[in-house]
Amino acid sequence: MTFSPQLEARFAKLLESYPAGRQRAAMIPMLMYAQDEVGSVTDELVEEVAQRVGVTPLQVNEVISYYTMLHRKPLGTYHVQVCTNISCLLHDGDRLYEHACQKLGIENHGVTPDGQFSIEEVECMGACSWAPAVQINYDFHHFVTPEKLDRLLDGLRKKQ
Amino acid sequence: MLYNEPSPLETRVLSRRFGMPDSESIETYLATDGYQAFLKAAKMTPDEIINEMKASNLRGRGGAGFPTGMKWSFVPRSSPKPKYIVVNADESEPGTCKDRLLMENDPHQLIEGVLIAGLAVDAHVGWIYIRGEYRYLIEVMDRALAEAYQRGWLGKNIQGTGFDFELYTHTGAGSYECGEESALLESLEGKRGVPRIRPPFPAVAGAFQCPTVLNNVETFCAAPPILLKGGAAFAALGVPKAGGTKLTCLTGHVNKPGVYELKLGFPVKQMIEEVGGGMRNGKKLKAFIPGGSSCPVLTAEECEGATMDYDSMAQRKSMLGSGGVVIMDEDTCMVKACLRLMKFYSHESCGWCIPCREGTAWLTKIMTRFHSGGGSQQDIGLLGDIAKNMLGRTFCPLGDAAALPMISIVEKFRHEFEDHLNGKPCPFEHSNRMVAV
Repeated sequence: MTFSPQLEARFAKLLESYPAGRQRAAMIPMLMYAQDEVGSVTDELVEEVAQRVGVTPLQVNEVISYYTMLHRKPLGTYHVQVCTNISCLLHDGDRLYEHACQKLGIENHGVTPDGQFSIEEVECMGACSWAPAVQINYDFHHFVTPEKLDRLLDGLRKKQ
Repeated sequence: MLYNEPSPLETRVLSRRFGMPDSESIETYLATDGYQAFLKAAKMTPDEIINEMKASNLRGRGGAGFPTGMKWSFVPRSSPKPKYIVVNADESEPGTCKDRLLMENDPHQLIEGVLIAGLAVDAHVGWIYIRGEYRYLIEVMDRALAEAYQRGWLGKNIQGTGFDFELYTHTGAGSYECGEESALLESLEGKRGVPRIRPPFPAVAGAFQCPTVLNNVETFCAAPPILLKGGAAFAALGVPKAGGTKLTCLTGHVNKPGVYELKLGFPVKQMIEEVGGGMRNGKKLKAFIPGGSSCPVLTAEECEGATMDYDSMAQRKSMLGSGGVVIMDEDTCMVKACLRLMKFYSHESCGWCIPCREGTAWLTKIMTRFHSGGGSQQDIGLLGDIAKNMLGRTFCPLGDAAALPMISIVEKFRHEFEDHLNGKPCPFEHSNRMVAV
């Protein structure tokens, strides 16, 4: 597989970051960074990472199935993650999540037909004091109201 | 950046650079005593450093509260194996959002803390394991690491001291369990985050089976102020058996939620009323979680006279935990809150130990039925029974972390469970309205 020079540089650095013979340790970071570029963890990517860190593709697959942020299917361009865990729940995070589903017309783990948005009800994301919180891709949004979320999503839709 | 206004009641030791212009830059750090603690430590023997840490009465800030100096002393320095430092930045205990601020606003303080630990245990390599959701912090930390290498505060022969240290960031990929130290080490090695059987403890066989110091971000960040001002000065800030300050995340139904650095032993009532600006909408306090969702829940009566420290919380059969304070007002449905927590633990159980894997799943099923009005009187006892049978029967604390809040909620708020019986709709749904923030 060919990756961007930036990603290749990141891979090279990762492979040097662990003790000799322990390159398997680079597997999860490589998958995370490559997923951002490729769009999802494809079979091809699994083979590539397996070969680069010196394990079998089966061993990579076994690891992927454990982690919620490694996705085997493409997400939307904007992956909307709404936290409904305790601190967000106390600020109506559950209703915010329902509102987001209605607004986008999709359910948990769904992707809009145009591929622009996907949604996920997530566990605590570490924004508890500024609840309710939403993460769109890697960007945090704090004190989110349904109106604020509408504005955010409408803004992203226009950007496309 | 800061996401909430600071409070005048704070004692800002670890957060003293928060809010300064370019607080994350090495220039700001160096201009404000940055890396001076490392230079001081480099002239000390490892035992002297560890003794200073012991004198500070610093206890691990990730949740377990183990004395840090003692933890460092367990590393066999004479071992022929390399020793490693691992930073647990997998902050994911519900209610906790403080390590994020420490890295975002003062990344060099963390780097310096790691260097001091390195001197104390003769380690020369370290990793900062950052949860996958905190991707922007990988960029922040990588920039800080690059600055430190460039200015000679990392790498070979740091500032002519003869001490070498290499430090790397490592991203997680979404897993609460990886905040548990042995699961984190498995994950760091490129495996599923399943905990290890201990002993051996990480101090003896940690990362890559080598002796390892593994601490929370806040714990490492306390090392520079301790070395700089002395362990005794840090200890004096807290209470007799626990020194210093704690970054406390006020969440839930208060007027001014936010992260505040408070002295250990800070009164709970004053924290809610003065730091947090009181209960939102003038409501009454119903329930209080002192430090993350894994702690037993306290009632308003139990908060009377309580202080934010390990002993005061232990006396009330709860824990100080991670600093994630959850404040619930009188309109909160405890059945709903409990259901949400059980759903969380069920989702995050790694599945290795049966009491945790099956227990959390059953608790979630029963709670779901209960909240929708389909519960029976027998279920109330069953909930407590299942939870009690999980306690102490798992290899890592996740089973207990689910069981403890469950047991405390069903014991202390039994009447709310009874109010949901016989197909009655949730009595709190009417009061659960959207509140504009």
